[in-house]
Amino acid sequence: MPPASDLALLVPELWLAALGLVLLGVDLFVGEQNKRTVGWVAVGGLLLALVPTWGLAGAVHRPGTTVFFGSYAVDGFAVFFKFLAIIATTLVILASMDYFRASGDRQGSAQRFEGEFYTLLVFTGLGLVLMAASADLILVALSIEFVSLTSYVLAAYLKGNPKSNEAGLKYFLFGAAASAVMFYGFSLLYGLTGSTSLYVIAEKVATVPAPALTVSLALMLAGFGFKISMVPFHQWTPDVYEGAPTPVAAFLSVGSKAAGFAVLLRVVAVAIAPSGLDYVTLIAGLSAISMFVGNLLALPQRNIKRMLAYSSISHAGFILIGVAAFGGAFGNTGLLIYLFAYMFFTLGAFFIAALIGARLGSDGIPDYAGLSQRAPGLAFLMALFMLSLTGIPPTAGFFAKFYIFAAAIERSPALLWLVAVGVVNSVISLYYYVNVIRTMYLLPPQDPARIQEPAVLRTALWVTGAATLLLGLYPQPLITFARAAALLLP
Amino acid sequence: MLSLMLFLPLAGGIFLLFFRNPRAIRGIALGASLLSLYVSIVVLGRFDLHGGMQLLESYSWIPSVGIAYRVGIDGLSLPLVLLTQLLSAVSIVYSWRVDMRLKEYMFLLLLLQTAMLGVFAALDFFLFYIFWEVTLVPMYFLIGIWGGPRKEYAAIKFFLFTLIGSLAMLVGILLLYFNAAPRTFDVLSLIQQQPLAGQLRLATIAFWGFFLSFAIKVPMWPFHTWLPDAHVEAPTAGSVILAGILLKMGTYGFVRYSLTLFPQVFQQYASFIAILALLGIIYGALVAMAQTDLKKLVAYSSVNHMGYVMLGVSAAAFAYGKPDLAAAATTALNGAVFEMIAHGVITGALFLIVGVIYDYRAHTRGVDEFGGLGAILPVYSGITMVAMLASLGLPALMGFVAEFLIFLGSFGVFPGFAATGLLGIIITAAMFLWTIQRIFLGPANPRWKGLADMDTRELVALVPLTVLMVIFGVYPRPLLDIINAAMTTLVAALR
Repeated sequence: MPPASDLALLVPELWLAALGLVLLGVDLFVGEQNKRTVGWVAVGGLLLALVPTWGLAGAVHRPGTTVFFGSYAVDGFAVFFKFLAIIATTLVILASMDYFRASGDRQGSAQRFEGEFYTLLVFTGLGLVLMAASADLILVALSIEFVSLTSYVLAAYLKGNPKSNEAGLKYFLFGAAASAVMFYGFSLLYGLTGSTSLYVIAEKVATVPAPALTVSLALMLAGFGFKISMVPFHQWTPDVYEGAPTPVAAFLSVGSKAAGFAVLLRVVAVAIAPSGLDYVTLIAGLSAISMFVGNLLALPQRNIKRMLAYSSISHAGFILIGVAAFGGAFGNTGLLIYLFAYMFFTLGAFFIAALIGARLGSDGIPDYAGLSQRAPGLAFLMALFMLSLTGIPPTAGFFAKFYIFAAAIERSPALLWLVAVGVVNSVISLYYYVNVIRTMYLLPPQDPARIQEPAVLRTALWVTGAATLLLGLYPQPLITFARAAALLLP
Repeated sequence: MLSLMLFLPLAGGIFLLFFRNPRAIRGIALGASLLSLYVSIVVLGRFDLHGGMQLLESYSWIPSVGIAYRVGIDGLSLPLVLLTQLLSAVSIVYSWRVDMRLKEYMFLLLLLQTAMLGVFAALDFFLFYIFWEVTLVPMYFLIGIWGGPRKEYAAIKFFLFTLIGSLAMLVGILLLYFNAAPRTFDVLSLIQQQPLAGQLRLATIAFWGFFLSFAIKVPMWPFHTWLPDAHVEAPTAGSVILAGILLKMGTYGFVRYSLTLFPQVFQQYASFIAILALLGIIYGALVAMAQTDLKKLVAYSSVNHMGYVMLGVSAAAFAYGKPDLAAAATTALNGAVFEMIAHGVITGALFLIVGVIYDYRAHTRGVDEFGGLGAILPVYSGITMVAMLASLGLPALMGFVAEFLIFLGSFGVFPGFAATGLLGIIITAAMFLWTIQRIFLGPANPRWKGLADMDTRELVALVPLTVLMVIFGVYPRPLLDIINAAMTTLVAALR
């Protein structure tokens, strides 16, 4: 039996699990028309979960602190991703509450399963927390599967919509195949080192023959790459984003991606790096390919969700620069800072897409024409998010890009080529991001009716918008926070 | 003090968002711009000619990576700051009649003013980069919303071109940062440290990163192709600011950063860059001559004039490490900086002049469609002739002083190039004289008989610029003293 004191370090996880169960109960007792209550309870519960997480952030300062016999990490790195997962889940639920009402207004009866939707989101959030903290291959596998299963259901949530069904099925088939390959990689690693604990593997990995280890890493990357939508495991992304309810697409693009990167970095930095294997070249190559593929395919897109899907692929490439550059003052934190900043402006962009999509019944970028006159606040925020996605100062996106380029240059002059690829890709991406701004501000509206901005979503939008500006103008607290988190990775 | 000057326009821009009345919006915009201009005149009053970098302000910002809010001013940035203030205020006055989406327009102009001032005053690379990039966004909207028929193409082209340069510069900045000890983004400390002095390969990469950014901004041949599109499609105030100030950000960067941070590399490639400058001079002048669109003509003459500036800068770069050429280098740099100001005033005026005839009167810019305007619009013709003659370098006007100094300095360093450059002056002179002849002389075209001469608003915008051309043409000393003190220090520091 693990000592009871271990449980004290798991309060956030236990709280989230309890919250999910409570939500199921609440959902039973609220009427058809009041399913938003479930959402509000979820938001309240998630915000309360930040309290014990904050307590952990203050308490845990030893590298490699683990519970349950070394299988579950409670280091600063894990705490950082707990924050990220909880904030992302909260914002997505806030946005979903409006999304359901708006699409319910148009279609009549889409809200029937609204309560379960929030419950599933909370459980997915718990899964993300578990992923980022798993320090044992078995737990990694289980938590990834946990997140995948709830995500499949969420992606297919619009029952009457064939595209959503297609998204769910496609996501499931891709996910199952990727997981199988990844498990094969895990089993190879276990066979080579005789342990499933990442920290034990780290001690033994130096004696493992390099070719076998390379094969194992490549197989594992299939699973991680699927979660972070890295090329060549990205094909599901545009179809799933397009078909899934937009808040789910937002959640996949931010939450799953962040947790996927957390697992990837933990496995690579803890278990693989001590072997001396040159994983940097491999990661850098995948990063460059992801950026190019994502950006070039984003150029012709006319559907905002597909565009954001390809942009999500290219951002996976940018964040992989952070994995390749891991180590050193900037490298340790580059990935964390990028993911944290990326969360806000990506969620913001998806939320506006969700709102417009629900109000206009269309996700086509041309339908954004004249948005600056129809909804000045929304258009301004969308412009801000687009500039941030491009990396124009003074936004969070700029600081993230600045930091991750700095990390690569600091790591080694040999990564300069990767920075050059990043520069070229930033310029390419400007074209399709600015295209959205162009449509909103330069083109005349086809229908001059104003678009209402509902109160709940406004909260989510102002949080994301304010964070996008604040993290760009004053990122010092984020750096301090990320440095404390990154130091703890042994 | 400097911060107040920097952020007054932005504060005014945010303030006017709360108003609906067009008169209030215009009033607040002009008021904020003029207040900032007033503060910069106070700055000028406190400026110590031999004080080097002064009025420094420094506040902690992102200490864990060595970023701070640092601003300051010297004899190189002060004239450019004053030019920015002047042209911004003039642009707002000229834009009095804009009524389409007025609030956004004025907000963007004021945001642009803050960003441009920031570029010249920033002494921290991170801060500098933010201001540098922020100029792009309002300019994109100004061209894209209020521009001419091909505005969207021009706006995105401008954005893409300048962004690729900016990001290349960012890589250069990071290379400097990581090779400095202690790591810092403080420009003055980096200039003192010369972090890349011993590492030629990295220094070369960083130099070309900066070069790409500045050369696109200037724009040097062959990076100039965004300029005619952007200038022609931009609304009049946008063209004035683009030509008058944004281009100077490039040449300012060459003098402030490339010359001081990478003197060896710059010296190594100075001849090559001088050749690019010469190509710009000759090409710009010839293409300008072939234009029938008056706005395009002025745009290409900018390529030509910025070529003179770059000729002066590359001459100074070539003189690095040769003490006997120090005096010539200083003269060339004085000329280059003076030309930045002169070109800002003159070309700013020329774009306003094009706007006066195009926006509200003839609605055409075809040089060949006019003729004999001198008799119909005497005041307009007078001002235009002064501006064009100043642009072609007629003695006793501002452009002459600048070009004289540039060629005087360059002859001392590389006489062959300088002699070739003189060819550009001849072509420019021919081009402008021919233009004057086609528009103002000859038989009066009856089509334009009913045109009204300039109104008060246009006079308020144009007369100050014209007066400055004459004053600094006849008596350049006050301006030249400020520049010379800074350039002497700069050249001395390079030894």
